[in-house]
Amino acid sequence: MRREGSAFQGLGTVFVKELSDNISSVRMLVLELLVVLTALAALYGAIDNLRQNTAEDPFLLLRLFTIARDPLPSFVAMLGFLVPLMAIGLGFDAVNSEHNRRTLSRILAQPIYRDALLMGKFLAGLATLGISLTALWLMVIGLGLIFLGVPPGGEEIARSLVFLVVALFYAGVWLSLAMLLSIVFRSPATAALVALGVWLFLTVLWPMLAPALAQAIAPPDPRYAALGLQTPDTGLWAQFLLRISPNDLFAEAMQAILSPQTRTLGAVFLEQLRGALMGAPLPFGESVMIAWPQMVSLIAGTIVLFVAGYVIFQRQEVRA
Amino acid sequence: MSDRHNDNPAPPLDSVITAQGLTKRYGQANAVDAISFAIRKGEVFGLLGPNGAGKTTTILMMLGLTEISSGQVSVLGFDPARAPLQVKRRVGYLPDSVGFYDNLTAVENLAYTAKLMGLSLKERTERIADALARVRLSEVANKRVSTYSRGMRQRLGLAEIIVKRAEIAILDEPTSGLDPQATIEFLELIGELKRGGTTVLLSSHLLDQVQRICDRVALFQAGRIVMMGSVAELAVQVLGAGFVVEVEAEGDGIARKLSTIPGVTRVETLSADRYRMTADRDVRPDAASAVVAVGGALKRLSVDEPSLEAIYARTFQASEAGVRHAA
Repeated sequence: MRREGSAFQGLGTVFVKELSDNISSVRMLVLELLVVLTALAALYGAIDNLRQNTAEDPFLLLRLFTIARDPLPSFVAMLGFLVPLMAIGLGFDAVNSEHNRRTLSRILAQPIYRDALLMGKFLAGLATLGISLTALWLMVIGLGLIFLGVPPGGEEIARSLVFLVVALFYAGVWLSLAMLLSIVFRSPATAALVALGVWLFLTVLWPMLAPALAQAIAPPDPRYAALGLQTPDTGLWAQFLLRISPNDLFAEAMQAILSPQTRTLGAVFLEQLRGALMGAPLPFGESVMIAWPQMVSLIAGTIVLFVAGYVIFQRQEVRA
Repeated sequence: MSDRHNDNPAPPLDSVITAQGLTKRYGQANAVDAISFAIRKGEVFGLLGPNGAGKTTTILMMLGLTEISSGQVSVLGFDPARAPLQVKRRVGYLPDSVGFYDNLTAVENLAYTAKLMGLSLKERTERIADALARVRLSEVANKRVSTYSRGMRQRLGLAEIIVKRAEIAILDEPTSGLDPQATIEFLELIGELKRGGTTVLLSSHLLDQVQRICDRVALFQAGRIVMMGSVAELAVQVLGAGFVVEVEAEGDGIARKLSTIPGVTRVETLSADRYRMTADRDVRPDAASAVVAVGGALKRLSVDEPSLEAIYARTFQASEAGVRHAA
């Protein structure tokens, strides 16, 4: 059975309204302040470190993203930690608050489909995150110019733009998850707690659990252990399991893009090293190819979680 | 009395909503069980019944907001399941305890829905100002909705329907939870809507209010329409009579003369000069001329209109006794 009319009628209206809600909300202001202050601290550490230690580096700007100085994490690691928090903050009450405010049936009684409402909310959330991330990106470049005094090269800009896109989809995964939970759970508090629980589990607990699970699946070979080496099977399993977490995917992709000398994200085979100049940077295209699976996984994760929420929302009863 | 007064043959030509065997199933239970009705253009139609009788579900099916399990419904000639946008463009809906975005003003709230309706900026501004004036909210138009009372929110909901220039207004429990003053104001607004040519469909369990404004009502119970018609018609069906007229007059042979009036079913003599007549219509003019005809002196003439409450109580008592419905 075909529906008449476009599923996207009203999408623009919902998008604009949600975007203005997001940007003017106190919640977003607090989250942005948190991220900006933490980012400034991380960048300060990085700049300080670079000024003292680096003599010459063709990718000075990129080093700003990746260098850490104890006790602060690097800018990228910090974003990997805080971006999910922002995305969850934007999405956890997207749909259930409409139920609870009893606005949902009134809005859906207007000549639009549910598709437009959900899609508009999602795109508005993604746009809000995009604006915040772009602002952060500009801040890094600006601070780099001011304090390091080196104009960024074309390849550095290209790599940092890829960083921006990947960070956006990393945020998208968490936004989709938060919106899915806001559809499933009628109470925003429950949705927020579950989303934060998943986030904590994947960021803090999973990196500890994955190697343990890998050892259970593929027990370490005592012969490798005697040589002080990791059993290849166990290592591969640990890496495979770790990649379930979007945080790991984001970190790997960022490593390949922002550290041009990265040659592989998995186990290194001897053939890969044949003829390689150790420590020499890879061309931009090759770095993107290395990070490609991780990037595609993040995009796919965003879409799959969104579609799950979409299907549930279409079948949900409107009445409170 | 049959329990299926809803087996209407062909719906009348001027009907704007027709339902045939409309059914909604949740698992094994039928929330709405094969109901049929036709609502005429320009009338105020009331859906009455206890909570959970299927009124809201019926409304949601008419708007295409919930799937129809079986049967058909047509709203202004459109099928809400296939052409929901056409239906929703022409029908205004005020949900049960309507909500607004509290952080926005009344104008901003209406502007959002008006944009969803696809109105241009100019048209929006004009219609919103006009609608807020009609529901008497102009003075607080730029205040946040969080400061609004419940009555004001309901009126704002009505303003949204006015902005839409809806041909049909569907109001779900519009007056529940309102104080008496707010209720009276709201019922007046519904009356204005009707005078403007809008067909009004409202659901309620507040019977005296419904009686005041509805042209016809349908009594819902356990997902079925038990009875449908004007209040007077229902009174005849359920109570055996619609009107009770009391006559106070002096003279001889009044009781006998009164009982010959067509439409009168019973005449009781309450005291020497007081009589109570039961009739299926308002027989006061006939009673007056009857008294005069036998040379009596008419002192007082009063009529008790049939009360929906009595009809409702009688109907549901009878069915609760398990006579008709094994719901």
